[in-house]
Amino acid sequence: MSTNGLIGRAVKRVEDKRFITGHGNYTDDIVLPHQTYAAFVRSQYAHARILNIDTSAAKEMPGVIAIFTGADLAAVNGVPCGWQVNFKNGDTMKEPKHPLLVADKARHAGDAIAVVIAETKEQATDAAEAVKVEMEELPCVVDAAKAVQAGAPLVHDDVPNNKSFDWVLGNPIEEVNEAMDKAAHVTTLDFVNQRLVPNAIEPRSYNSSYDPVSEKYTLYTSSQNPHLIRLLMCAFVLGIPEHKVRVVSPDVGGGFGSKIFHYTEEALLTWCSKKIGRPVKWTSERSESFLLDAHGRDHVTKAEMGFDANGKIVALRVKTYANLGAYLSTFSSCVPTYLHGTLLQGLYTTPKINVDVTAVFTNTTPVDAYRGAGRPEATYLLERLIDLAAHEMDMDPAELRFRNFIPPFDGVQQPGYQTQVALQYDSGNYEGVLKKGLEMVNYADVRREQQEAAHNGKLVGIGFSTYIEACGIAPSAIVGSLGCRAGLFESAQVRVQPTGKVSVYTGSHSHGQGHETTFAQIVADKLGINLDDVEIVHGDSEAVAFGMGTYGSRSLAVGGSAIMKSIDKIIEKGKKIAAHKLEASADDIEFKSGNFTVKGTDKSIGFGEVALTAYVPHVYPKDLEPGLDFASFYDPANFTYPFGCHIAVVEVDKETGKVSLKRFIAVDDVGNVINPMIVEGQIHGGVVQGIGQALFEGAEYDDNGQLTNASYMDYCMPRADDFPMFETASQVTPCPHNPLGVKGAGEAGTIGSAPAIVNAVIDALWSGGHKVKDIRMPLTPERVWHAMVDA
Amino acid sequence: MIPATFEYEKVTTVDEAIAALSNDDTKILAGGHSLIPAMKLRLNRPAKLVDIGGIRGLKDIKEEDGEIVIGAAASHADIMYHTLIRHHLPLFTEGAAMIGDMQVRNHGTIGGSLAHADPAADWPAMVLAAGAAIEVQGPNGRRRIPATEFFTGLFSTALEPNEIITAVRIPVPANGAKSTYQKFAQPASRFALAACAVMRFADGKTNIAFTGVGENAFRDTGAEQAITGKAIDENTINAAVNAALEGVTVMSDHYASEAYRKHLAKVYLKKALMMVK
Repeated sequence: MSTNGLIGRAVKRVEDKRFITGHGNYTDDIVLPHQTYAAFVRSQYAHARILNIDTSAAKEMPGVIAIFTGADLAAVNGVPCGWQVNFKNGDTMKEPKHPLLVADKARHAGDAIAVVIAETKEQATDAAEAVKVEMEELPCVVDAAKAVQAGAPLVHDDVPNNKSFDWVLGNPIEEVNEAMDKAAHVTTLDFVNQRLVPNAIEPRSYNSSYDPVSEKYTLYTSSQNPHLIRLLMCAFVLGIPEHKVRVVSPDVGGGFGSKIFHYTEEALLTWCSKKIGRPVKWTSERSESFLLDAHGRDHVTKAEMGFDANGKIVALRVKTYANLGAYLSTFSSCVPTYLHGTLLQGLYTTPKINVDVTAVFTNTTPVDAYRGAGRPEATYLLERLIDLAAHEMDMDPAELRFRNFIPPFDGVQQPGYQTQVALQYDSGNYEGVLKKGLEMVNYADVRREQQEAAHNGKLVGIGFSTYIEACGIAPSAIVGSLGCRAGLFESAQVRVQPTGKVSVYTGSHSHGQGHETTFAQIVADKLGINLDDVEIVHGDSEAVAFGMGTYGSRSLAVGGSAIMKSIDKIIEKGKKIAAHKLEASADDIEFKSGNFTVKGTDKSIGFGEVALTAYVPHVYPKDLEPGLDFASFYDPANFTYPFGCHIAVVEVDKETGKVSLKRFIAVDDVGNVINPMIVEGQIHGGVVQGIGQALFEGAEYDDNGQLTNASYMDYCMPRADDFPMFETASQVTPCPHNPLGVKGAGEAGTIGSAPAIVNAVIDALWSGGHKVKDIRMPLTPERVWHAMVDA
Repeated sequence: MIPATFEYEKVTTVDEAIAALSNDDTKILAGGHSLIPAMKLRLNRPAKLVDIGGIRGLKDIKEEDGEIVIGAAASHADIMYHTLIRHHLPLFTEGAAMIGDMQVRNHGTIGGSLAHADPAADWPAMVLAAGAAIEVQGPNGRRRIPATEFFTGLFSTALEPNEIITAVRIPVPANGAKSTYQKFAQPASRFALAACAVMRFADGKTNIAFTGVGENAFRDTGAEQAITGKAIDENTINAAVNAALEGVTVMSDHYASEAYRKHLAKVYLKKALMMVK
């Protein structure tokens, strides 16, 4: 599909020059004339009524310009939730106001009570400390399963049982129960998919200003989707005309989902900038990031998988309590439902599936999409169950998977695979990735080594995870029918300059993914020009017509496809210009390697000359407009479904319970690959993040609702020396429904890796006779030690 | 992450530093790796910091009168890379390499670590096992505090409020000594969840010190008695491990339960004794 070899080549990232040399331009780097700085007064308590706020002393502090409290914002809306999920009985989900500042009570530790604006950040911080807040502490609840019990403290007084909604998907429960009852073997797992803190390296940062002459706002924001922020803030929160707001996301240092959402501070600072008539900036402190950036996961689940006597899965029954925290964050409601329940088919032919989810408010930080978002939870559930079932039935876990895989289908000759849980998979070759993984790990050899190790008193384990995810989010009509309150298309404008250089304006946003390279490769390849001749512009609502941003591994599949549409239009128009110049019919012109040629002749003109002619149209078709500049919107026909096989080999120290990761094999099928180096980098990063969940990370709340490990001294991030060299490979099953045949690679590593690690540890323990069903993530040495000692 | 306002003074002599400490609200700034983060979180808000990084000679490492003398302001990395230390006190070379990460080792100082007396810090166990004395100076001059008397509780030491640590003095072990520092690191901070330093002298005397286990680092005399002067073999190692931690209140926190920490301490004592066999 490549014309000059740029597609598919491991081109070095063009954005790295500025990042590596320290010349990135982040929101906190931006200082505007007459800049002011905000600091927040936040609740120390997880749940407490506000009795009195005394700002008098703080107002007298040096440099203080203004202090606002919840009372000042009584007439301002809260930040909205972007996805409506209905109760089983059809009622709309409970969606209590998420105010910019709380006026009545704080609902989680860190909830904002007041904002102080001062001349310097130091002055704002000192004055915030001087605001006196009297509060009455209330009983709190942090655990989702406990929050729905009778008598639990209510996070929102008007939400009974703290239930935002309950939801069910799949086959009727009676059918699933019947199949389960008939099963020859049922594997049951009660487990927790623990809460994670996203920890992007750049803390969230906003700088908002208002120009009274043009009546126009400018918001610089560390966001993954500036246009969406503009839409939500203008239309739902502040009620200001969209054309009066410019939103810019400059360089952004990682998001992992946590920067998708419209946060209260964005709207509040924008509101304040008009009130005080000066720009206001706030950059989250790391301690605030722990308390405020929407967390991920936090599911409490009971799952049962039934098998017939031949090891064929006959039924899957799932009951999950999803902790949404104190408020509904932007996409929180779709994560445990449409991004989790819909993935429970996995790679298997399971004929009966029922998933029941109760989404719950607690006195904790809001929970929303975090790298993988629902799909890691689904994968963890399925892959733990099938590995455990293999142990319980004394079968090989690879063999058990082969017996249950959906057979290969390309989505062209063979139709897509209709699941029991609403989705239709696009194309897949699931046994292919497992076969390749088994070859790479030398399966027979590692099993023999495991036996030898066991013989020598060592615990070695091999764990599998064969995963699927739904990416390329998403077909607007489908997500609309499922409750999404936005379209999830993407836009792209490709502007050919008179000299033949190309500027691309994409609604995708790069915050580590390398779009400036990957997208440029596509454009340069398709137009037969040099990579240096293409510029990718993103992240500015005034430069880019519209955009839905970057999350859900959608940028290439959706944003890249929009670029392809515009490229097609450029080439089509170019052919008409070339035909006129070459005195031929446009139908006879072919475009190849940067040249427009009359078929079967040597009459040809280059792309640059066509571009110049478009802007200097002296010799030009009468019925054609000048210019060579096209915008397109692409709305995908389906999700994309990357999949893969991850295999972990671990050794468990019998004395301490410490897990050493010996090998990690990742075979991922992300469809066609534009830049294999960037894809491999995404896989590596994703795998590290998934293993972080398996072995190291986990937000811990105490009974008072305090996050007890809210610093890097306590919250363990994975580090390079925790890992061996990864062994990666790719299989390519093109996506049949987008022009690039790509599926997405941003989340694959995170989705696949965690269960492989936990399965490997469980396997290691079984090899030593410890028949353990589950160890709660993260698998700290102490938990593994206890599992051995207690088993 | 902005500290409350404070004054800053950089001194050039120990006497100036001591004079500055006469003000109650003053803290000594050495490497700053414990103090500054606490100040940024406003958990600690001294009115004044006295920076001792510019005091001449305070970073020196030398041999003097049969002792290794390590200046209080020597960084972990200074100690780790010093030839004299490597020749005479490989315990410190080995242990310094396990402190924090490279940045911490380049900035953090031995004096700062000892004065802070974090219950999970590495130096306390090493100076205890090495039989070191902590040299301190106050308005009334210098004194030496044996390491065994220095650590008095959680973040507390025998240091008077107006004294500063000037050096750590370690008797040069006679030829034939063996030593090791064995540490199980808390995965996030990489402080010790439990760690054991052992110094086995040529004459069979064996010093055993733990950190990360109790409220402060300590010498385990029960374990020492079980193995001092005896050949190190399976029996004596087991005897020492069984005797260890007798009467010690083992910490329990969200990093490790009491039972697990006690188990780890014994596992690491065993590892350490195997190393000096």
